[in-house]
Amino acid sequence: MDLQVIARNLEFMAGGLVVTFEITAVALAGGLLWGILLGLGRLSRIPWIYHPVTVYVHFFRSQPLILVIFWFYFLVPVMIGKPLGAFVSTLIAFVAFEAAYFAEIVRGGVQSVSGGQAAAGYSCGLRYHQVQLYIILPQALRNMLPALTTQAVVIFQDTSLAYVIGLREFLRRVNLVDTREARSIELYLFAGTVYLVLCSLGSAAARRLERRREVGLS
Amino acid sequence: MLHYDFDWSVLWRHPYGKMLLQGVWTTVHLSLLAWAIALPVGVAIALCRIMPCRPARLVGGAYVETLRNIPLLVQLFFWYFAVPSLLPGKTERWLYANVRDLSYVLGVLALGTYTAARVAEAVRSGLLAVPAGQFRAALSTGLSPAGTYRHVILPYALRVVIPLLSTEFLTCFKNSSLAMTIGVMETTGMANYIDSFTFHGLETTTAASLVYLLTSLSVIVLMSRIESKMRIPGMIARER
Repeated sequence: MDLQVIARNLEFMAGGLVVTFEITAVALAGGLLWGILLGLGRLSRIPWIYHPVTVYVHFFRSQPLILVIFWFYFLVPVMIGKPLGAFVSTLIAFVAFEAAYFAEIVRGGVQSVSGGQAAAGYSCGLRYHQVQLYIILPQALRNMLPALTTQAVVIFQDTSLAYVIGLREFLRRVNLVDTREARSIELYLFAGTVYLVLCSLGSAAARRLERRREVGLS
Repeated sequence: MLHYDFDWSVLWRHPYGKMLLQGVWTTVHLSLLAWAIALPVGVAIALCRIMPCRPARLVGGAYVETLRNIPLLVQLFFWYFAVPSLLPGKTERWLYANVRDLSYVLGVLALGTYTAARVAEAVRSGLLAVPAGQFRAALSTGLSPAGTYRHVILPYALRVVIPLLSTEFLTCFKNSSLAMTIGVMETTGMANYIDSFTFHGLETTTAASLVYLLTSLSVIVLMSRIESKMRIPGMIARER
């Protein structure tokens, strides 16, 4: 064991962790916004909204994320006409992919709010978007909080897949250090520990939120 | 729009068509082998976690928490880069000299042990879904503990678990794509590999994504048939 190798390269690897957090934040914010729209679409009674949205959600949920990352990496330059680099195409891939998972969480959350709430809103003269924005979603989001936290942990782990198109996030940088220093055992144990600690904190937070919600319900 | 000439013939032209098919075949047996590890290990861990013996529960809990909170890619790299060098020098040299598909074997092990943690969670939730009163009621009618498990608990728990397990199998199938990072040429890896010769990655990745889509659809259709056949009337309400 040679822990010096970690100390020597700590700054470089910590820089990768910043990139990892950046991708997580964008995927979380963008994916949630897009996911709310998709989730409402999944509950829509209008066929030309419901069916395309359902196909979208099922399609992305059947795909491995790594393939989606590649696909956008190849597709974005063709669509836009110029290469945008690994970072931007990764962000697009993450938002498009994670939104499909958020959509199902949102759908469950909205269904957990009793139907009388929406009816009461409409009877006050509110429009669809007002009912959703001021009545349904605030309650639904509160109910979804544990599931959203769990999904945030999943996204945090998923960001390691950006490795495949050469994005220098945390795992890529650990890998780069390893190719230079040839200290696989120490470096991958270190990487595993960092992910384990951060993700365990997230999972524990999700469990706490879940318990608090159960107390609130009873 | 950037000028891009679609050339779909890259999907069947010699030698790429054959390569893609090989990739799909590798995905299939890689994920099936990993599943063959994950299922018994996962069930064993789930049983550990509900045993009255405290150390067994702790070990089971630690296994699940650790493997679920470390990204699969990190675990894959650990198996591939670190595990062989943890072995004694002689064994390591023997491995590299004699095992031709070492990355494939290590990929199966990594995916299998990781999926086992997820399977364990699914199986545990199925066992916990059986109300405790069922157990006591069965005992009070004169069934032995073994008979209670055989006739009351398992028939109930298995039906709860089957949909969860089919989801986990699909996750395992999708996760097998990560093996490309250690050089296993499965569907995603092959799609990317062909791109490096032809620069037609958009076509090959689209074809690969259709492979995953069709597999998911057929597994879902098959499993929902099985589920509806095995449903206990009025007991498990499954939303559509």
